Amino acid sequence: MTDAIAPFFEATVRTATPLAFAALGELVAERAGVINIGLEGTIIAGAFGGLVAAGAAGVGVGFLGAVVAGMFVAAIFAFFVVTLKADHIITGTAISMLGVGATGTLYRIFYGTTGAALETPTLAPLPIPLLHSIPWIGGALFGQPPITYLLYVIVPCLAWWLRRTGAGLALRAVGERPEAASAAGISPARVRWAALLFCGAMGGLGGGTLVLAQVGTFNEGISAGRGFIAIAIVVLGRWSAVGVSGAALLFGAASALQYFAQAMGWGIPYQFALALPYVLTLIALAGAGGRAAAPAALGARG
Amino acid sequence: MTTHTEHRSHSWRQLLPPVVVAAAVVGVIVLVIVAGHHDLAQSFQAFWRGSFGSAYAFWSATLVRATPLTLLGLAVALAFRSGVMNIGAEGQFLAGASAASALALSGIRGTLVLWVAVPAAILAGALWAAIAGWLKRRFGVLEVISTLMLNFVAQYLVSYLVRGPLQEPTHVYPQTETFSTSAHLPLLISGQRLHLGYAIALVLALALWWMFRSTALGFRLRAVGAGPDAAASAGHVVVPRVMFTAFLLSGAIAGLAGGVEVTGVTYALYEGISPGFGYTAIAVALLARLHPLAVIGTGIFFGALEAGAAAMQRDAGVPFQFVAVVEALVVLGVIALEWSRSRGEVRP
Repeated sequence: MTDAIAPFFEATVRTATPLAFAALGELVAERAGVINIGLEGTIIAGAFGGLVAAGAAGVGVGFLGAVVAGMFVAAIFAFFVVTLKADHIITGTAISMLGVGATGTLYRIFYGTTGAALETPTLAPLPIPLLHSIPWIGGALFGQPPITYLLYVIVPCLAWWLRRTGAGLALRAVGERPEAASAAGISPARVRWAALLFCGAMGGLGGGTLVLAQVGTFNEGISAGRGFIAIAIVVLGRWSAVGVSGAALLFGAASALQYFAQAMGWGIPYQFALALPYVLTLIALAGAGGRAAAPAALGARG
Repeated sequence: MTTHTEHRSHSWRQLLPPVVVAAAVVGVIVLVIVAGHHDLAQSFQAFWRGSFGSAYAFWSATLVRATPLTLLGLAVALAFRSGVMNIGAEGQFLAGASAASALALSGIRGTLVLWVAVPAAILAGALWAAIAGWLKRRFGVLEVISTLMLNFVAQYLVSYLVRGPLQEPTHVYPQTETFSTSAHLPLLISGQRLHLGYAIALVLALALWWMFRSTALGFRLRAVGAGPDAAASAGHVVVPRVMFTAFLLSGAIAGLAGGVEVTGVTYALYEGISPGFGYTAIAVALLARLHPLAVIGTGIFFGALEAGAAAMQRDAGVPFQFVAVVEALVVLGVIALEWSRSRGEVRP
């Protein structure tokens, strides 16, 4: 039992990391009233941008490339949704298809049909002295690549920024009552553009983390629905930064549970573990009276 | 997007959408071929051969591919016109495919099996959508999120079924065994792969067109889609009930698509049985401007695109993935055109 626990926690945090980046980006977008279903396209663009940039100039530049690629895709989404006031859901679905299709096509064009063995340098784990030797959870939390530690900084900063700063209040006002925000001199369009670019950067980082700190290669469809999972995480995390990071860990744990169950010799089909977080998200939505905790103007056009 | 506006603008404006779409399609294809250093003439010949170039290509590739896209396009169009943002056609399709497969393999003999399997698919799709419908009606849960979640649950359900209770007898491959011939849908033309499912899709398109145009239910659905508040106050429409009906109908059609695909094309259930049909269907429905009869045309368009692209990959090595780019550009193109049209209407 104890032999399997440390790897279980390690796998939980590893799986949760890209999800948490993307979900925190989505959180900011949704707090500004925009539901970004195109997040999947942002993540995979970040993964591909990271691969290309890292191949040219190393891992550090790779992460920069991931951020730029994510922001580029988010800018297309923002142009349609904010500037042209298009439907969020329809645009987002198209952006996700665009991201997955374009990276798949570009990958084949750049690296040929046999690019499967392509490897990229990755970010090595950086164990934090003392902390990483805490039993069970030490390795999981403090034996990770440095990009994971960035999250430990972002989560409290974002929570504080959303609650305690004027800019955070403006963002939430745009998500709750855009007309009122507008009357108070805040431009909802500008706030939403900024929120979506941030969402793009975070989604890109999530994709970059996947390629440059975990898998070490790119393959078509590598985002594998993480953008949609991130949307579920925001719901389950009740639209708060701390809640979102907890929900990301829960999704990470569910996916790590399949290996744990295998190691323990439990007979439960792993698909149930994988489906569980989605069911929990539905129950959480229903239990909280639907939109109660969601920004009031979420998904509204204009 | 959710309303079907009457054509008031000049005729050139009506011609513009198809021209823009065609230009985008050709532009992306040329770009992909040139950038990948493939032979342009050879690639286009392969595309033509695979989509319209022969009777076999048209009846057995394009229209076979168009069948699920048309049915799912109708499901999406019905939901969107009724103001229900059902992006769960994918999950409802998988629910239908699972139910039909379970019954096709249940040992029921003779032609009875199809009369049980296909209705079961319809029922399963409706039930899968009903979960989201109920969550919206009872708790006000946004259907965008609930249908999306249910897509993943359905995907894992299929994964479980084909590795568990429905797995083929040798337990080697993650798929069911092939259905016995009595559980195969009849073919429409001898020597071609086109099956009864496409005829069902055509009839359904006509039926939905008639329903929206001439029935009280169609009127209520359209009224709710055009504006729930106005429908409730002026039209004496019970909005939650009408929306729930839209969920059920849309899910039933998507479930039918799943049932028709396993009994008409694959004759087995496996993971990845839908290469994202439910998402492509959104492009199918939008390009048709949510009009049921136009879905027939856009279904053929996307069916030909996918069939041609498959041939292009097979014969000329051009990556199939660009199809998703084309589909996305079509959707974004329709959005941009609607935007320019709405601007034109605001300014006298």
